[in-house]
Amino acid sequence: MTQTEFLNIVMPFKDKVFRLAKRLLVSREEAEDATQEIILKLWKNQEKMSDYKNIEAFSMTMTKNFCLDKLKSKQAQNLKIVHSNYEDHNVSLQKEVEVNDSLEWVSRIMANLPEQQKMVVQLRDIEQYDYDEIAKMLDMNQTAVRVALSRARKTIREKLTNTHNYGIK
Amino acid sequence: MVLNNIEKLLEKYENAETTLQEEAQLKAYFTQEDVAPHLEMYKPMFAYFSANETDVSTKEIPLKSKTVFNYKWLAVAAMAVLSISLYFNNPFQTHEDLGTYDDPMLAYNEVVKSLEMISTHMNKGFEKVNYLNAVNEGMSKVNYLNEMENSTNRIFKNKQ
Repeated sequence: MTQTEFLNIVMPFKDKVFRLAKRLLVSREEAEDATQEIILKLWKNQEKMSDYKNIEAFSMTMTKNFCLDKLKSKQAQNLKIVHSNYEDHNVSLQKEVEVNDSLEWVSRIMANLPEQQKMVVQLRDIEQYDYDEIAKMLDMNQTAVRVALSRARKTIREKLTNTHNYGIK
Repeated sequence: MVLNNIEKLLEKYENAETTLQEEAQLKAYFTQEDVAPHLEMYKPMFAYFSANETDVSTKEIPLKSKTVFNYKWLAVAAMAVLSISLYFNNPFQTHEDLGTYDDPMLAYNEVVKSLEMISTHMNKGFEKVNYLNAVNEGMSKVNYLNEMENSTNRIFKNKQ
């Protein structure tokens, strides 16, 4: 496989990989590093690529696993050192910063969702995959995907309603 | 679009039962300017989703093409070197014609002469090797020492 052939396969979903990574890792730099890592892994294993039926879905699964691993190792590193500061910082942030931008609200609500719901919302509402594909990517069954998605959407709506009403009152 | 329809879709949407087309309808409705006031809170949600569809990684990805060492070509090169060297100095052919004798008597004489030469040289060699006999004599003398050792062993055993 030549470099251009490889790029033709990979380029269409490269940004989707990036966005999923960013959803999970939050930081843009981290997400970019993760994307690079995933693409390089694919490039190294290019002989095996023909074995996979759906390279895009496979890459998304890889991204999910990679990012979750990363988060896990981060948590393990940070818990001891930063955790005591962390609570303080968060509270003061919430109190101090008046959020005017409504998009900012949504991203904050999204950031507080559990990882699985984050991924489901990302894949469905932003990347518009169908349930079947999402189920394959996340190693879940379709019902579980729907349940997670429904919960996430309801949470977002409830929290938005709260902030909305708060803004009016 | 009828408001009723949107509300129904929203309910389905929250139960994660909408199809992608229906979600696209919702998205289209909520990205327009005037939205029913009691549905206002959905607006940022869908705006956020559409805003995030276009986020793009700007980092270059360095792809190094893998240089696979091809052993086929090594084999070809080896074959070429081998055949060229065989062509230029062929080890399988005898180079010189050594000649032959026509007269059997003459041939017999020559053979006897060369055999005689071999035997004289061999005798010379044997004379030199004969010195080894002296070594053997020395060895047999040294063997007496073994007997002495035997007797000392016996003495020590007795002491024990």
